[in-house]
Order: sequence, then structure tokens, then C-alpha cells
Amino acid sequence: MTTDTATSKYGIGGLRAKFGERWAGLPKWQRSLAFIAFVIFLYYLPYLGIPGLTWLRTDYIANGNNWAGVLFTCAVYVLIAIGLNVVIGLAGLLDLGYVGFFAVGAYSVALFGSTQSPVVKSLQAQFGLSEEWAVAWAICIPIALCLAMISGVLLGGPTLRLRGDYLAIVTLGFGEIIRIVVRNVEWSGGPAGIAAIPGPQGKPSPDNNVFGLIDAKPWYWLALTTVLLIVWLVRRLENSRVGRAWLAVREDEDAAAVMGVYPFKFKLWAFAIGAALGALSGLLYASRNGFIEPNQFNAQLSILFVAMVVVGGSGNMAGVALGAVLLAYLPERFREFSEWRFLVFGLALVLVMLIRPQGLIPSRRRARELKDRQEEVAVGV
Amino acid sequence: MNFDELFGHLGQHTVDGLSKGAIYALVALGYTLVYGVLKLINFAHSEVFMVGTFAVLGTWTALGATSNPSFGMMILFLLAGLVAGAVASGATAVGVELIAYRRLRRMNAPPLIFLITAIGLSLVLSEAFGLWQGRLIKGMPTIVEREILFTIGNTEVTNTQLLTIVSALVMMVLLDVFINRTRYGRGVRAVAQNPDTAALMGVNKDRVILLIFLLGGLLAGAAALLYNVRYGNTRFNVGFLLGLKAFTAAVLGGIGNLRGALLGGLLLGVVEVYAATLLTSSWEDVAAFTVLVVVLLFRPTGLLGESLGRARA
Repeated sequence: MTTDTATSKYGIGGLRAKFGERWAGLPKWQRSLAFIAFVIFLYYLPYLGIPGLTWLRTDYIANGNNWAGVLFTCAVYVLIAIGLNVVIGLAGLLDLGYVGFFAVGAYSVALFGSTQSPVVKSLQAQFGLSEEWAVAWAICIPIALCLAMISGVLLGGPTLRLRGDYLAIVTLGFGEIIRIVVRNVEWSGGPAGIAAIPGPQGKPSPDNNVFGLIDAKPWYWLALTTVLLIVWLVRRLENSRVGRAWLAVREDEDAAAVMGVYPFKFKLWAFAIGAALGALSGLLYASRNGFIEPNQFNAQLSILFVAMVVVGGSGNMAGVALGAVLLAYLPERFREFSEWRFLVFGLALVLVMLIRPQGLIPSRRRARELKDRQEEVAVGV
Repeated sequence: MNFDELFGHLGQHTVDGLSKGAIYALVALGYTLVYGVLKLINFAHSEVFMVGTFAVLGTWTALGATSNPSFGMMILFLLAGLVAGAVASGATAVGVELIAYRRLRRMNAPPLIFLITAIGLSLVLSEAFGLWQGRLIKGMPTIVEREILFTIGNTEVTNTQLLTIVSALVMMVLLDVFINRTRYGRGVRAVAQNPDTAALMGVNKDRVILLIFLLGGLLAGAAALLYNVRYGNTRFNVGFLLGLKAFTAAVLGGIGNLRGALLGGLLLGVVEVYAATLLTSSWEDVAAFTVLVVVLLFRPTGLLGESLGRARA
């Protein structure tokens, strides 16, 4: 059994290595040109009408979902996957409560930006402001990021000293606690949720000509731009001193500590940065939807997020992005099988992990770690 | 904060919490057994429990159970339910190990991968039951009619509470004896201590691992019966929250420690009932997880420590 998996793995891995070599061998201008073409293609996607590719569209079938809306969801999920990848893939911390940070972001913009939120109402009463007053959308962004980083540090501070498995369950509990607290207290709108969440053009209204309620294309472009920006930032981070520290901590915490890398500090940073990215995606999601309620942020969603990262190939941004797109897109595309899609989704998770435990597009370093582990198996046991 | 209610009927709420916690404890044992031996969170264990609840319900339906049966019929239904639940859950647990874990173990995959296959498999199981049995809550006949058996002070103890607590304790003692006194149990402890050395000493590692999954499944089946008796309904996603609580209970007591799972389960049940009394029932989950976080902060290995493998007896 081990031999056949090994050969199949070398087969795919070999193909990938060959492709990678050819790609790296191309002149720089050709690589940048290909990259620019790819980015332009991404921006063009909402209009997708290339013959032979139109079957990709989700509105191609009867009562299918709005194609640009699905693209927006995909982009938000990619953003989540990239944020969670910082925590799981780079720093090697299993966070099962990531939805908590997503919720922090969504609720930040809802509580401070919506005229219907109890927080804004009490601020209006406190300072004698008009009924129309609310915190501007652009100011909600730093608020969301700060609140998420604070909650990341508050959660990580005590728990990051725990071992991996405990961390998993404590974070899972944290995600649930946030959801239940938000549902139970009054200042968050309670189980009814909050409506009238603003977007870049202020609160939702038919007059918003760009970021309106119907047309999702501008929302998709906004999310895509954010994703590209974040990809660039995280890539810089990955190849920095911090990125190398994460890698060292992930591979061997004690050795890293001996070499002068203080693991706790860098784990906490990973948590805070991951939290901020989760909040950013939550903010985009809430702004586009215009309405949120606590049960949208359940633990199953957290698990879906982890699945995106691991199926795609944790540690590799292209991989996790692919994982996120697949997991967001496939259930939408195959809506006609909506009753069956989660069953199939579960089966696919099991199969992918059994056949390709390193993920669809693994990080090269991660794949090697996995292979090392495989060779460490004692003979005949 | 409703302190009057809590302290006025402290005994009542404690007994209620213990009977709730007994179910957590039985499911927690499944998590703790697997974790103690494989250092692995068997995420699919919650669905093992869910399958058990449906097997018990199916058996009762097949036997034509109605509410308030005679005493003889009640015993028959309980025993038949126990057997059906244990067989179904045990088979599911063994199936989970064979399908989702065995191949990955051969590859020595990192724990995260096991977690994802387990998540996938639990999704498959719960969705399959959702498709097959419908997604609504399924009620069932009241096999054990609630009645007050005896009263201590102002604490009334009902037959269902007594049944739940006593059967959980009995199964706990049986399991403890099995692990600590029998030959198979010695094999389990040996593999938990050091799998490679145990294999060199002639312990069949794969068989031991199958055995712990089977044991965990059997206990989950028993828990499923008690759950059906206590709550009188089930649903395709009943496992998720209960599994989460049971895992919390296992961690609380010290994962890998059998007695810890019992203690953690009972404690968690009591904490939840107290919290529901003090505030409202919507806060009980928050209380459960808060207790977990606080305990882990001050005692990172749980209340009794992790000890399935370490020399103890």
C-alpha cells in the first residue's frame, strides 16, 4: 500500500516540479505578462462569455444563482482562506474558531455603521446626533481590524501556550461563545440580527449607483482587489523574518526557541494577523449582504474554512485559494443537487485527503515535511 | 442572577446536572480512548453517537413500541435498544477507523489530515441520515415514564435520572476493569504508552486500535439509548453539539484519562444546569466553554491529567 501511494505521489509531484521548473526558467517579462493576463481574466470573470467556458457560470442553468454574487462569495472565501492559512499553514496552529473573527468583522461594521444598531442609537442619544448619523464605512474598517486583533490577542494570550489539540477545541469553543453571546445580549441586536449595514457608498439604498443591492459586479471587483492586495502583503510577510520564524516554530518549536526565536510572540502575531484578515472578509460579507444575524456564524462554517485550507494545500497561497474557490463555487454550481451536495462534499473531503493528504497544490516545503514523516514509519509496524 | 432558585433547590439541580453529564461522560469516553491511544481527536465520534440514536429509535419502531409500556415490555425495549444502539454505533466507529484513518496511519500523516477526513466522514454520515430520515426533529414514544422514585430533603430523584446515572457508572466501572485488569486492556495500555515497543513485544497494534474504536462505539450506543430515554427525540445533526460537549468533558477531565472523562462529563453537566438556572438556558453553552478555558489555563492537562498510557496501576 505504501509503495503505490509513494509512486503516484512522485508522479504528480514530478509533473508539478517539471512545470515549476519551466515556469521559473521563463524570462521575467513573460512571467509578469502571464500574471497580468491572469489578473485581467479575474477582473473579466463576471462577464464570462467565452464559448466553451460558459458552463462555468452559475446562472447558466435554470434558477441558478447570480454569477457575480457567487464570484463575490468565492473572493471573500479566498480572503478567509488566506487569513486562516497564516494561522494554520504558516504558523502551524489549528484554529477551529476562525468564524469568530469573521463575525467580529461583520459585527463591527454592523454595530458601528448601521443606523439600526443599538450601539449607534445609544451614541446618537448620548451626543445628541441626528437619527441619520452612523460611523462612516471607511472608519469601520480600522475599527473592525483593531477589534479583531484585540480579540485575537485576548484569545491567543492564554491559549497559545496550550498544546495543539487543546488549542483546536478552545478555539472551537471561542467561536461558539462569540455566536451565543451575540445572540443573547441586547446591544448586538440579539437573534433578530442587524439590517441596513452600510457599504462604501453609505447605507443600502436604491440610489447607490455602484455598490448597490442588485448588481454584485462592483462588490466582486472590490473583494478581488482586496484579495490581490492581501496576497501581495502576505507574500511579503512570508518571505520576511517573521515568515521564517513561523516556519521554524511550525517545524520544531523547541529548536526554534533555542535558536532565539520566541515561539509565543510569533504565534501571537500569526493569530492577530489571521484575525485581522478574517475580520476584513467578515466586513466585506456583511456590507454586501446588508443584513447579518448570529446564526450565520456557526461552527460548521469554521470547519468549512479549515477544510478549504487543508484541501487546497496548507502553506501554499495558490493552494488555499483554489481550495476556497472550489468549496465556495461547487455547491453553487451544482445547486440542482442541493439536497445531495453536502453529502458529496463530505465524500470529496475524505477522498482528497486519503489520496492526496498534502492537499491539491501543496507548499513544496510542506510536502517534503509530509514525505519525511512517511519515511519515519517504523518498518513492519 | 437567580440565586434563590439555585440554592433553594441545589440538590435538585445537581441531580439533574449529573444525569445530563452522565450522557456526556459516556460519549467522552469514546474520545478519550481514541485520544489516549492514537493522540487523535476522533471528530466523527459525534456521528457515531447520532447513528446510535437512530438505531435505538428504529428498533423501537420495529418492535411497535408505544408510550407507557408495561414494566416487562419496558425492560425489553431498553435491552433491545441497548443492543441495537451498541451494535450500530460500534460498527460505525469501526467503519470510521477502517475507512478514514487506517490508510493515513500507514502514511504517518500529520494530525490535521486525520481531522479533515473525520470531518468529511461526519458530514457524510449526518447528511446521509438527513436525506434518509428527513431533516426534522423525530419524536419517539416515551418508553420510561418519568416518575419520582424517592425524595431526599427537597430533592426529587426520578427514575430516568437514576437510570442514566447508574448505567453510566456501571459502564464506567466495567470499562475501567477491562482496561486495567484484562489481557486486552493491557494491550491497549501498552500501545498507548509506546506503539512501536508494544508492536515489538507482540501486541497486534491494528487489532488494539480497532478494539478501542469498538469500545468507544459501544459506549456511544449506550449513551444514545440514554439520550433517547431522557430527551425523547433525535435529529440528523444531534451529534454535533453533543459531541462538542463530550469532547470538552474529556479535555476537562484530562484527555486520555478514563476516570477524567467521567469526572469531566458529570462536572460539565452540573455546570450547565447551574448556569441555566442562574441565567437562562441560552447561556449554558457559554458556561460550559468558559469552564473549559479556565480549567485549561490553570491546569493545562485537565483536572486529573492525561494518563491512559502512563504506568498507573
